This record gives sequence, structure tokens and C-alpha cells, in this order.
Amino acid sequence: MFKLNIFLVFILIACALGVVTSQHMVRKLFMALENEKEIERKLDVEWGRLQLEQSTLIMHGRIEHIAREHLKMTVPAATSIQIVSINEAENRLDAKGLKP
Amino acid sequence: MIKPELRQIKLSAWRSLLLFGLLVLGLISLAGRAAYLQGMHHDFLQEKGESRYSRIVEMNADRGMITDRNGHILAISSPVASIYVDPKVVEIKPEQLKKMAGLLEMDSAEINDRLNRENSRFVYLKRQVVPDIAEKIMKMKIKGIHLTSESKRYYPESEFAAHVLGFTDINDEGQEGVERGWQDTLAGELGHRRVLKDNKGQIIEDVENIRPPKPGQDLVLSIDRRIQYRAHAELKEAVLANNAKAGSIVVLDAQTGEILALTNLPAYNPNRRSSITNERLRNRALIDTFEPGSTLKPFTVAIAMEIGKVNANTVLQTAPGTWQVGKKTIRDVSNKGELTVAQIIQQSSNVGTSKIALSLESQTMWEMFNRSGFGTLTNSGFPGEASGILRPYNKWRPIEQATMSYGHGISTSLMQLARAYTIFASGGELKPISLLKQNMPVMGQRVISRDTAQAMSRMLEMATKPGGTAPLAQISGYRVAGKTGTAHKLVDGQYANKRYISTFVGYAPASNPRLIVAVMIDEPSAGKYFGGAVAAPVFSKVMSGALRILNIPPDAPANNVITFTATPEMGDEG
Repeated sequence: MFKLNIFLVFILIACALGVVTSQHMVRKLFMALENEKEIERKLDVEWGRLQLEQSTLIMHGRIEHIAREHLKMTVPAATSIQIVSINEAENRLDAKGLKP
Repeated sequence: MIKPELRQIKLSAWRSLLLFGLLVLGLISLAGRAAYLQGMHHDFLQEKGESRYSRIVEMNADRGMITDRNGHILAISSPVASIYVDPKVVEIKPEQLKKMAGLLEMDSAEINDRLNRENSRFVYLKRQVVPDIAEKIMKMKIKGIHLTSESKRYYPESEFAAHVLGFTDINDEGQEGVERGWQDTLAGELGHRRVLKDNKGQIIEDVENIRPPKPGQDLVLSIDRRIQYRAHAELKEAVLANNAKAGSIVVLDAQTGEILALTNLPAYNPNRRSSITNERLRNRALIDTFEPGSTLKPFTVAIAMEIGKVNANTVLQTAPGTWQVGKKTIRDVSNKGELTVAQIIQQSSNVGTSKIALSLESQTMWEMFNRSGFGTLTNSGFPGEASGILRPYNKWRPIEQATMSYGHGISTSLMQLARAYTIFASGGELKPISLLKQNMPVMGQRVISRDTAQAMSRMLEMATKPGGTAPLAQISGYRVAGKTGTAHKLVDGQYANKRYISTFVGYAPASNPRLIVAVMIDEPSAGKYFGGAVAAPVFSKVMSGALRILNIPPDAPANNVITFTATPEMGDEG
């Protein structure tokens, strides 16, 4: 009886230590998780800032200005635009036997 | 060596008993105290204990983004820091104060004033500071100065979409435009959770979620930022060139009723609050009404055609260019003689339209206007939208019915006018307008038959050809249809002399309309004031730009624009 009690006491101590370690590990992992969440939040902020930057860079006015002033581009006159209808193009390719 | 004298001391028994008794008593009182604390004060003590390590933390919820129909950002919240100070504990050296004033771009006297509000324990030094600067300030490690995180709204399109979007105040509440109209959708809700913290202030355990944060929903508008930009840029040029007081442009998708662009001048930059004045704030296209003038003629004529009073080839006499109704005289700009109904629209004859109007029952005409959406809200969702005025038909006198037929004595917003033109552009249906992107085709409400709508569409196309009032509305490569309007401005109930509102509403490609553009220029004062000369060229530029942006195939040969030498009557009348 006494031996069994001693045995059980040891098991009890082992279990208690187990609980303490696992609790400690949970907290450590939880802190790591919190850190990762913080990083996620920061990346989110960064992403928002980059989106903002992108939308500033692709502002129509800016692109138009660069195209006109720096690259000397112009809108082609309607008379110099050739409209190609898809059906017509396909038919021609077909006639030449080039249709894929 | 002296040996201590050992003596046998006999202690009396009561002493040990007393000691034992005292110990037992102590034990009992301790047990009693323990039981008392455990039993009676349990909750109170538990709370006290938990407060040492358990904390409630806020969880931020961002306001939703606003994007255009192609997913480009129109408004986004970005975190910023607000710097506050606890004046009771603050300790700052003069050189630190100077450095901080420089970083915050504030006056050091003002900062000092805030630091010295001793009866308060929380004073904002500056709100919404860029994170980089906030970090620099925290690096100075001044006692009593702290940060909180807030979010600030940014509008990358600045003034180009100002009236559509509106803006939020410093507490993230929408104040104008979409930000206000859709506040409930966009706004996020803060969440709270209870956590355990260790002695270093790190969170070590999640105890419970008291309320999960609810981030605001993103909003996808029907606006196309490219068209919006084009419209605003052209409007700016036109308002400047005509020395006008104000102006508005509305671009609608003729098939779905979606608002592709909506812009007004004068405008403001929502990123810089100091540029906002009441005058600039007005979303004129929606909240200001005006007398539409001749842009209303097609509706009068359409209903007369619909019930079979006239057809496109019916001839009416408009000579001598004036017509007496009661005591008043209706005038055309010139004597146009005999005109067909189609020519009445093309040349915008007031006399001809009035004659057609007076052949109608007032109720019939009222019903047509009413079903075309005049006098009723467009339900765009915008705050403060105006419904315009359409007076009940039983109070109309004949002269009023006549003037109303060409757009006087009735008021409308530019948005209503643009919406009404969906009837001619979509084959007889009034489309509901929407500021949010529609993913499904929308059902309109039939107002007139397809045949009548198409006949009217042909007349409106004639108006943009030489001989019409708006040849300047033509676009190379596309057939366009539209109607000019020139109205005297109403000031305090009187028609003001030499103050006009020039309008043009039209759509293209006329063979299968995709876009409706409505232009309104308020008080052009650089010589020209007729709709055909002021508003039609703006329409042409905005429309051709939008057609190109949307890759809409041309429906006319590229040499369709007929140039001509301007005659005195050109662009005349409204």
C-alpha cells in the first residue's frame, strides 16, 4: 500500500510538471503567434501604402502628361485608324489556309 | 573553567497549555479569515487579482476601401499616429521642444501651451501624423508623450472625384458624397478581447473575445476613373474658356444606367480640408436644379408621337417666329416658316413645340414628364439629392403648358435629365441609375414604344448634323444624337437678363447607344452662351474620349464630321 502511494505521488508530481511545461509552451507559442499577427498587421499597412502609391503613380493625368510631354505621343486621328473586325480577319486567314 | 550551574527548572503546566491554546486560536482565526475572504469577498478579490494581469485590448477595424468599377482605388484608409501628452508628468527640455516643433510643423509656443494644461491628463499634441515622423518623436524618449494609432483617409484622385466620394471627418465619419451615403457599409466596428499580460506587457494568453472586430466592407462604384478624369479635365477647360461660374458633367451607361462619371466645378481637394468651402462642396449635378430649356422638347414631342397626334413628317407652321398664347408671346430666335416635326427638334423651335404641346391634354404631358423621372428622386443614394419641381397638371394654364414643353416652369437636376435620356437611348425604357457597379443587366420601366424612341433618336441625330443646333457635338467615326438647351437663369423667381445655363445631353453611338453624356455650363460669360456653342463641344470631347477608353467600335466612317462655315444661326436657340 505504502509503495503504491509513493508511486502515485511520483506520478502526480510528473503530471504537475507536465502541466507546467505545457502551459509554458502554450504561452511561448502564443507569444510567437501574436508576433506573427503583428507582422501581418504591419505588412497589411505596408500593402495599403503601396496600393496608395500605385494609384498615385497611375493617375490618368500623370500618365497623360508623361505620354504627351516626354514621349511626344498623340492620339491618332480617326482617319488614321483602321478597324479590323474579328470575323473578317478570320475569314481572310481562312481563305489563305492560315487559320490555326 | 567555570561550569554553569545546571538547575532543574520545573515549568508549570499552564504555560504550555496557554501556548497551545494561543496557537490553536490563531489557527482558527486564520481559517475563519480565509473562509470569510473565500466565501464573502470572493468576486471582489478575484477581480482585483485579475486586474493585475488581465487586460481588455481594442482591435482595430479598418474602414472599407472605395474602388472604381475596375478595382482602382478611389479612397483608402491608412494608419497614422496621433501624439498625445499627459501634462501632469511631462518633462521636456527646451531643445527637445524645438526639435519636436520642427518635426510636427507646429509653433513651439502652441506646443508649450498644450504641455502646460495642468488640470488635464490627456491633450492631443497633433492628430494624424505620418508614421515616420511619429517614430522619430518617440525616439526622443520624452516622458509623458505617447502615441495612439488612428487611420486617415486618402483620396488618390484628389479633386477629380471629389464630389462623388465626399470625405470623412477626423473621427472617420462620412461627411459628404459616398462616404456619407454609405457610411454604415464602409464603417468598421471596433472589437474588444480580454487577454493575459506578463510583467513585460506582452500578451501571453487569449481569455475571451468580448466582441470580434467588424471591418468595413469595400465598395465598388460604377465610376470609371479614366472617364471621370477625362470629364473633369474637359469641364475644367470649358469652364475656364467660357469664363463660367460653374459646370457639371454626368456620364451614364445607356444600357445599365450606371453612373460612369459625375463631376462638378468648382471642386475641392478632399486630401486638403482647408480647400473646402461651401461653394466648392456642392455636388451641383445632383443637388442643384435648373430649368432644362430645350433639352425637354424631345419628351413633349415623343408623347405626341406616341399617342399619334403627330409623326416625324407632320408639317407645322411656325411663321412668323412668334405665337400668342393668352397674353404672352412665345418666340423663336428667327422665323423658320413651315417645319416638319423632325425639323422642330433639329432646329429647336419653341413655337413648333408649343403648338404640339397645346394639342395634348395637360394630364398626358404631365404623365410623360412624370414617367420620365422629372420631379422624382433618382435614388442614387447620394445624400441631399434634389427632386426638382413638376407641378400638378390640374394647375397648369395653357401658357404654362406651352412654356413647359420647351423646359421652362419646370426644374430638374442634371442627373435627372441624363437619366431621362435613357428613354431615347435604350429604345423607350427609363433605366434606374446606380452609383454601384451592377453585375446583372437591369430592367427599365417602359415609357414609350420602341418605334417612337427610335424615331426620336433619328431626330436627335439630325440635331447634331449641319442644319441642327449642335453640329459641334459631332464625333469623328461615330454617329451621335443629342439636344441642346439654353435657359435664362431664374434669380429670385425672375428670369435674369444675360445670365444663362447652357446644356447639352446626348448619346453615342447612335446605332446602338452605349453612353449618355450630359453637360451643363452655368453662366458662360465669354460671349457665347447657346448650348450648341458652349456645351456641345464639351460633350464631343468627353464622349469621344470615353468611347475610345471603352473600346467601342465606330459606327460611322471616320470622315463623317461635316465641317462648315459658321452661319449666324449656328448653334442658335437652345
